[in-house]
Amino acid sequence: MKPKHTNDDLMETLATTPAKVMLAEKGQSLWHHAWLRLKQNRLAIASAIILALVVVLVIAGPMLSPHQFDAIDWEQMSVPPDFSSAHYFGTDAMGRDLFVRTLYGGRISLLVGLVATLVSLIIGITYGAIAGFFGGRVDSFMMRVVDILYALPFMFLVILLMVVFGRNIYLIFAAIGAYIWLDMARIVRGQTLSLRHKEFIEAAEALGASKTRIIFKHIVPNLLGIVAVYVTLTIPQVILVESFLSFLGLGVQEPFTSWGALVNEGAQDMEIAPWSLIFPALFLAITLFSFNFIGDGLRDALDPKDR
Amino acid sequence: MWQYILKRLLGAIPTLLVLITISFFLIRVAPGGPFDTEKSLPPEIQANLEKKYHLDEPLYQQYLRYLGNILRGDFGPSFQYKDFTVTELIAKGFPVSLTLGGLALLLAVIIGVSLGTVAAVRQNSWVDYALMSTAMTGISIPNFVVAPLLILFFAIYLNWLPAGGWNGGHWLYLILPVLALSLRYIAYIARLMRGSMIEVLRSDYIRTARAKGLSMPKVVLKHALKPALMPVVSYLGPAAAGIITGSVVIEKIFGVPGLGRYFVQGALNRDYTLVMGVVVFIGVLIVVFNLIVDILYAVLDPKIRLQGKG
Repeated sequence: MKPKHTNDDLMETLATTPAKVMLAEKGQSLWHHAWLRLKQNRLAIASAIILALVVVLVIAGPMLSPHQFDAIDWEQMSVPPDFSSAHYFGTDAMGRDLFVRTLYGGRISLLVGLVATLVSLIIGITYGAIAGFFGGRVDSFMMRVVDILYALPFMFLVILLMVVFGRNIYLIFAAIGAYIWLDMARIVRGQTLSLRHKEFIEAAEALGASKTRIIFKHIVPNLLGIVAVYVTLTIPQVILVESFLSFLGLGVQEPFTSWGALVNEGAQDMEIAPWSLIFPALFLAITLFSFNFIGDGLRDALDPKDR
Repeated sequence: MWQYILKRLLGAIPTLLVLITISFFLIRVAPGGPFDTEKSLPPEIQANLEKKYHLDEPLYQQYLRYLGNILRGDFGPSFQYKDFTVTELIAKGFPVSLTLGGLALLLAVIIGVSLGTVAAVRQNSWVDYALMSTAMTGISIPNFVVAPLLILFFAIYLNWLPAGGWNGGHWLYLILPVLALSLRYIAYIARLMRGSMIEVLRSDYIRTARAKGLSMPKVVLKHALKPALMPVVSYLGPAAAGIITGSVVIEKIFGVPGLGRYFVQGALNRDYTLVMGVVVFIGVLIVVFNLIVDILYAVLDPKIRLQGKG
């Protein structure tokens, strides 16, 4: 029974080798090719660099400023950008430093984006993989549920939720994550359906691997490509939803802030203090822009049929 | 055809039921009620009010009553606007929102399709790159950022257009909100159209038409446009849903008295019946619109026959 074992092991390694290892190999792996193609895409690479800069700035930037994000300075209300007082982006109507606030808001916006995407990732992959793997009646029932939820005017329900339960950042995570997973589930299910009858899955079944093992060890790793693309496109979507809620005054609560909340405040003062609108708006747009370009680049790089 | 429509409408019932159920119970478990005022009301009056609106009945009974009322098109009285029923408020706000959203969708399709076609015909030229980077910018900037910037520029600095208000739908008052609402969708449709047009232009029958000596504009308009439009048509459903949602923000920013503003104000003032009415109404609207889009799709594409199966 020795050969069977090696076979099984080989299958395992092939199906579960993490992307990093594959990149390191000089082989002809999908990831290697994708990386080569992605490197060609100057827009995507530039976006990745810009995004990295934004992230570094958002994390480290507040330490470069002598001001606190919630420190109110009645002497310096709505001051234009000024380097001598270290108000690089000026101050808002309450005299709070906008440089620090914009970066703090960025922390919240990016965090919401990451956490809610993670939530949607876990639910969506599990749900989609199960539906696609079992197929038949299970699949049509599970997808019917997704269809029903999909047709709901989600934004209105989230607004309702925020109004009913009050503004709470964890609730935002959960509410957004609980909706965004629908797309993920659909995509994963489609991929799983097509993987379902590939030889290596049948081999694993023939070797007696359990269903759970097949789903999580053999199918899910093969979904990583499409999931990677989708993650980069989901994060900006989530950031957008959060900003939308914050803009309506239903998102994060004072003195904490997010880009959406800052844009909202900025829009109210834009006649006297346009900088309070322009800087947060710029950060929000640049971040969304970069994510979209990276997602586009990844999709082109991982898509076998070349454009 | 009729059978198909009927089947689709029946298929929408679970969606609407889930929607109504979620929003109904969400509101009922909420702390506080519509009659909470700064001074608490005398208990008799509170009881009378609750009796009037059937709030004293058991929850499942209220739920069934609400379902029954909705079936008859009665969304109940508004708590905030004392003299109006929710149905009247929706009837007042909807035409405004429809004007705004309809124009935005129309603009998005016309401009988006034109720009996408131009970019596809001039693929990989500077025109293409310029259009597509602009489109990406358009997609990345949310409408609530675009709207204040448009106001700042066109209303405050240049003073060409009014910064807000509705004025009975005068066209000057429509320009900025419609533009702010549609920019993102113009960009998205342009990208979609470019992709599908490039694919269609590569196909054999287009090459034949070109070989026959037809000019490029003629080939594009007569042969390529219709098949290339298909992805745009199927995007209309999500686009409409997005425009309806976006309308909430745009109406707030521009002070337009449409459904979205009623929704936000109703939500903030805990006018539960109004909020629920709007949510249910929009749910039905989206269902109906998706149905129209599917029928349109089948009309445009003879390969698809509307069968009972959706």
